[in-house]
Amino acid sequence: MDQPRERQSGWSWWHLLLLIQFIGSLWVPFYNRIDPTWIGIPFFYWYQMLLVIVGALLTAIVYFATDA
Amino acid sequence: MEEINWTALIIFIILFALITVLGFIAAHWRKGDLDLLHEWGLGGRRFGTFITWFLIGGDLYTAYTFVAVPALAFGAGAIAFFAVPYTIMIYPILFLVFPRLWHVCHKHNYITASDFVRGRFGNPWLALAIAITGIVATLPYIALQLVGLQVVIAGMGVSGTGYAGDLPLLIAFIILAAFTYTSGLRAPASIAVVKDILIYITAFAVVIAVPIELGGFGKIFAAVPPAKVLLASPGPHTTGAYGIYATLALGSALALFLYPHSITGILSASSGHAIRRNAALLPGYSFMLGLLALIGFFAIAAGVGAMPQFAAGFKQFGNNFAVPALFLQTFPSWFVGIAFAAIGIGALVPAAIMSIAAANLYTRNIHREFINGHLTDRQESQIAKWVSLIVKFGALAFIVFVPQQYAIYLQLLGGIWIIQTLPSVMLGVYTRWFDPWALVIGWAVGIVAGTWMFIAAKLTPNYPLAIAGFNFPGYSALYTLILNLVVAVVLTLLFNAAGKAQPDETVAADYRP
Repeated sequence: MDQPRERQSGWSWWHLLLLIQFIGSLWVPFYNRIDPTWIGIPFFYWYQMLLVIVGALLTAIVYFATDA
Repeated sequence: MEEINWTALIIFIILFALITVLGFIAAHWRKGDLDLLHEWGLGGRRFGTFITWFLIGGDLYTAYTFVAVPALAFGAGAIAFFAVPYTIMIYPILFLVFPRLWHVCHKHNYITASDFVRGRFGNPWLALAIAITGIVATLPYIALQLVGLQVVIAGMGVSGTGYAGDLPLLIAFIILAAFTYTSGLRAPASIAVVKDILIYITAFAVVIAVPIELGGFGKIFAAVPPAKVLLASPGPHTTGAYGIYATLALGSALALFLYPHSITGILSASSGHAIRRNAALLPGYSFMLGLLALIGFFAIAAGVGAMPQFAAGFKQFGNNFAVPALFLQTFPSWFVGIAFAAIGIGALVPAAIMSIAAANLYTRNIHREFINGHLTDRQESQIAKWVSLIVKFGALAFIVFVPQQYAIYLQLLGGIWIIQTLPSVMLGVYTRWFDPWALVIGWAVGIVAGTWMFIAAKLTPNYPLAIAGFNFPGYSALYTLILNLVVAVVLTLLFNAAGKAQPDETVAADYRP
């Protein structure tokens, strides 16, 4: 079941993609703004909702690359 | 007595009856010997990807979440949205760390995090610290689920004087206690499917219907006081609201899977693959949580706070009444019944899992470890069943007799305490390097410091940390975790220099498939 690129610790470079979810979430000054709005929703809100979707997609990518 | 909303109540009762039946027949689902603790307490570890999705989703996104997150948005605005980055960051953690825990627990028949720590580090006192922290952190959380149930019961107009008003709550709880006793984890797993479907339907219906009725998102956000639409920009020499937001999100994310009920949900999965797949699929719930936070703003824009018919509800429950009020205002009674049933059932699923998790911890890591080490399988599961009953009724008594605010304080403290188990549990699945006594001391330091910070911050979880004239107001849990880790590392270096044996039941291969 082990992928050739994973050693005993289970580390893979693909895992670095998951950092995006942390950086995107924690860099608050970047997204604490109203504009650009989308259908009347301020950026602060739709950015974080989009990050949920992007995060799920990234996790799926890492899953298929390392586990499937 | 207020007018009862009969249509809503009848639908609510029908749905409750449905899940009651489901809870009892679940004992026969994926049949196993419920006299064995891992069958009662972990569903026999047979839940594949989809059931795990419903179970963990129902477990993590509780009735209290559905009521309290919009309530915070209704009252405090943008800061409530921290729940979204929080539930974004949990999934990489779930993906990377927890399959390892699953594998080692599966291999060695560990049922709880404390079992794992006991085997990994060979120190019963460290394991006891983990167990007690888990139990104590879970109890107020169970109590708060009842608040969600109380709010929707009141929203349907069912009330009474004094303790009679709590009769419906008692009935719901007796039902919960009964099917948890007979079916164990299979009960909330099966009910979670119904609950989560209802919740998604409700959330999407609200998010589509209400903006149409109120004239669009632009109008909704225009109704929110401008100071609350965004986080306040930090002043000079401080990280201000940005720091609070980020530390709340990160600290909560790190703590979530340390809670016993999260670990029970995870360990009941059928494989590490099911867990990893869920790390990609469960974010659906995070999206819904974001919608729920926005629903708090809908309630502002709809003006339910000022409507006379809801005055009594707001008086009794404060901002927690915002969501029921909005539903009552917007939807026909039959849909209100569905929505309230979703929230009400949404209290029972996590309450069941939390009580099972606490029971597992007590049985394995307190009773079997320190009271009677020679339990038969049957005795073990019997003790767990009784403990889960006691825990549930204890939580009910707490909510009925003690002011709700104390449950909230204890739950906030619980978050600060549970994160102190991170080094032993989440780092323990990667390395044996830490010395167990160093971990115990680190844990103790974290608990004491966290409790002190909570009191110093006037019973709030945000501590105004100040270093060299710069302010870092932020979540105490995160700060005390850092302190805990520093202590554990320093002491490990000291103790390891003394050259002690490192007992460890596990081997590196146990953590991988």
